[in-house]
Amino acid sequence: MKTVKELEGIARKVRINALRGIHAAQSGHPGGSFSVTDILVTLYFNVMNVDPSTPDKKGRDRLVLSKGHACPALYATLAEKGYFPPEELLTFRKIESRLQGHPNMELCPGVDMSTGSLGQGFSAAVGMAIASKIDGDSGYVYAILGDGELQEGIIWEAAMSAAKHKLDNLIAIVDWNNLQIDGVVDDVKKVAPIDKKFEAFGWKSIMCDGHDIQGILNALAEAREIQNYPVVIVAKTHKGQGVSFMKDAAGWHGKAPNDEQFEMALKELGGEI
Amino acid sequence: MAEVKKKIATREAYGQFLVEYGSAREDLIVMSADLSGSNKTDGFEKAYPERFIEVGISEQDMLAEAAGIAHMGHVVAASSFAMFAAGRGYEVIRNSIAHTKANVKVCATHGGISVGEDGASHQTFEDIALMRVIPDMIVVNPADALSTKILLKQIFDAEGSAYVRLGRSGVPILYGEDEALEIGKANTIREGTDAAVIATGLMVSEALEAAEILSSEGISVKVVDMHTIKPLDEEAIVASVKECGAVVTAEEHSIIGGLGGAVSETLARNYPCKVAMVGQNDTFGESGKPADLMKKYGMTANDIVAAVKSLI
Repeated sequence: MKTVKELEGIARKVRINALRGIHAAQSGHPGGSFSVTDILVTLYFNVMNVDPSTPDKKGRDRLVLSKGHACPALYATLAEKGYFPPEELLTFRKIESRLQGHPNMELCPGVDMSTGSLGQGFSAAVGMAIASKIDGDSGYVYAILGDGELQEGIIWEAAMSAAKHKLDNLIAIVDWNNLQIDGVVDDVKKVAPIDKKFEAFGWKSIMCDGHDIQGILNALAEAREIQNYPVVIVAKTHKGQGVSFMKDAAGWHGKAPNDEQFEMALKELGGEI
Repeated sequence: MAEVKKKIATREAYGQFLVEYGSAREDLIVMSADLSGSNKTDGFEKAYPERFIEVGISEQDMLAEAAGIAHMGHVVAASSFAMFAAGRGYEVIRNSIAHTKANVKVCATHGGISVGEDGASHQTFEDIALMRVIPDMIVVNPADALSTKILLKQIFDAEGSAYVRLGRSGVPILYGEDEALEIGKANTIREGTDAAVIATGLMVSEALEAAEILSSEGISVKVVDMHTIKPLDEEAIVASVKECGAVVTAEEHSIIGGLGGAVSETLARNYPCKVAMVGQNDTFGESGKPADLMKKYGMTANDIVAAVKSLI
């Protein structure tokens, strides 16, 4: 088990490495990658039962990044965990790379489900949790959703399925950064109150600060205690967290930094060029 | 060839197959989106309730969940009407099932105009076209109940994603139980020399009837059951034209993008020639009795007879 301080250090490194990949590709999604980084690092380093030396181990925990565009953070986390060498992050979005623009389970070690088309990953995660129950498998399924993604109808179809099957082995985490490509989620198509919506669909909900690692750990521990219900953790986050000029700016949803911006961002994150 | 008299819907055969196959394959999961009676998955539900998943009226969720279940080590049969499985579900099948090579068999019933009274909203002529443009997708459209069982066994025994189109209405039994049918291999069901009719699904029996009619007029017609639209037996198509000189396609589907399209693409690349197509002519359907609709929209033995005559 890592200390909170150690996890914070890993998260800083993950942000730096994720941004290196995006910069090298001159393409990708830094905003949503940075909002979800602390959640991913907490899960992979202190919560999930996974082992990069046996990535397909039966009964392991699984993670579906349903907001697949935030994969730079997932790739950097997986690399840090030991699934593949961190240097490979520089191949992100380039031809012949295992690190596709959106996660591809056929290619990238450690990716449990190919995602990219919003909403489907969550529904697939529900399917995994159902299968896990049928098989008597002890693994948990974690699904990470964007708040804008909640505008997809399939999310609510899947939410009802999860409640019907009493999937207490499924934990959804909503990366609530309140921004999407066309602007503020509340303006584009309001999804709040997220916790109340999921509760109305038969879930239990927990709120937390998605950048407070101890808070995330507490929320996950509480979620795992709840039986007979799927649990959603609504994590309040900031898009572009960690880099001042990207923070809470919708414009950084799907844009790569130029050399100058890259240098500034690395300086803020404490990395070297 | 068995004597043509008994009519059974291919969806009935699917339901029976699931119950039989489910006893041998404990990893088989069957999913329904509120149509278990219509899809004939209710027999499996009774026999193996713990392996039957009722998703409710949410086809997209059923299909993405199916991918998740398959990636946990199961083989999954997911069913709805063809309109909603292939139509509404297209993008889920493409991205979450086929692209991830999920071991999911989308078994869609009520394909085509033989749905009848439900009308245009429930009659799909686009499903085969939608499914066959997806890379690596197996696309199968059986002609009768017995070939449905034989082909389903092969589809479920193999790993990977597949789309099977099944019908609502009863169709004549054309095959015996131990027929040597093979996925990806066209089956010549009647030999002939003047023209070849390449048919799929319930149009195979119409093609046989057309061959009988033409035979009485001295025209010898070969009938090919193209039960597998993908991978397409290109060799059989080219050989049929070389042998007979004229080719007619027959399908209960739009002539755009379906069997007619697939056969034409093959011939354009390998052996350019004129092709006559019997199928839905770029129009929506309507309510009515299946037989009346098949007649009005030009998908009967007589339409095949006319198409053959237009070429020879």
